Amino acid sequence: MNPTLDLLYRLADDQLILGHRNSEWNGLGPILEEDIAFSSMAQDKLGHSLQLYSLLRALGEAEPDTVAFTRNAPQFHCCQLVELPIGEYDFSLTRHFLFDHAELLRFEALATSSYEPLAQVARKLRGELKYHALHANTWMKRLGTATDEAIERMQRSLDFTLPYALGIFEKTDAEAEIISSGLFVGEDELRGRWLESISKVLAQTALEVPDVLALTPVMGGRYGQHTEHLQPLLDEMAEVFRLDPTADW
Amino acid sequence: MLTEANSHQPIGKSQILEWLQAVKDPEIPTISLIDLGVVRGVEVDAVTGKVSVHLTPTFAGCPAMDYMKRDVERALLAHGVPAVEVEISMREAWTSDMLTEAGRQALRQHKLSPPPVIGNQVFDLDFLEYAECPNCHGNNTELRTPFGATLCRAVHYCNDCRQLFEQFKPV
Repeated sequence: MNPTLDLLYRLADDQLILGHRNSEWNGLGPILEEDIAFSSMAQDKLGHSLQLYSLLRALGEAEPDTVAFTRNAPQFHCCQLVELPIGEYDFSLTRHFLFDHAELLRFEALATSSYEPLAQVARKLRGELKYHALHANTWMKRLGTATDEAIERMQRSLDFTLPYALGIFEKTDAEAEIISSGLFVGEDELRGRWLESISKVLAQTALEVPDVLALTPVMGGRYGQHTEHLQPLLDEMAEVFRLDPTADW
Repeated sequence: MLTEANSHQPIGKSQILEWLQAVKDPEIPTISLIDLGVVRGVEVDAVTGKVSVHLTPTFAGCPAMDYMKRDVERALLAHGVPAVEVEISMREAWTSDMLTEAGRQALRQHKLSPPPVIGNQVFDLDFLEYAECPNCHGNNTELRTPFGATLCRAVHYCNDCRQLFEQFKPV
């Protein structure tokens, strides 16, 4: 695939799928503020995915709604991390923390992308993503220094989620060209910055951080290999759209 | 009422901006789109008189954009502008520093704390935690949650007034 399209599909699909997962906390958050926080982040992420699908549209791909609602799981380029069910709050928080640190750093790097339309969008999104990272840090630090039960649950979530988080940085065949053309600094570079960034926060908690780079990453998402959880999510997302794809909502 | 536009001569840009001052944010009725900083450009076609307005969202997922677009179109057409085209883009990404001083006052009027001016300071995470209380104007406040009733608002607490208040987020 053309390197720009390859990069944009990965970015947009991550946002769309995690946005939908976050929205599942609507009405179920452990406290009202968290209900609102996850719902707001869902709204942000759907907005971000729309901006990115619009860039794809300008490059000749299908309309954003068509791209979002008519593909099946093997055609999605999101990492597996974002498609996992919301589970308990500790997992959703840990995923949000690990993903949004990568996302903030990714869009900070993309702000100087050689592809100017993407750089423009990135300059906008990075400011918004700061709030996502701030929110995640606050709760990681709070729960990661709280009761024994809280620390134990957060530790278990961290250990479970880290291998999936490493899948964020899965490279595609276009990676070399993406870097050489100045589109993006590349996944390895991003992973290094991410590790530094999450380590700083985790160091302020009672959580033990394993040797992250020694873990086996959960890969495949960027090539359309997904868990059994993605297709049911897509079916639910598109249920109304598919009733009448020509309807004007 | 007669239309205010002279059909033979395009309307001046300053006139358009004056009319746009009357178009308010759909969710914060005290602030105009101009003072909010979301109007990034106005052009008048010298031949046809068609007015092009460039809007940019405060937050990428803002659901009020379509309403803003519609309100701009309606306001200008009502003044007799022959044609209006509203473009929404992030060519010039909105930052909270684009709020005018009048805009900051309008937010205070609505009991919303205006965001601190970022200028050329480093916009780090600490920045997000600062807010001025819209009641006592003090800064003995703390961030309760970065997500509020709308994407552009955070919730803070004033330790002096002992009250929660909303802030228009710096970004």
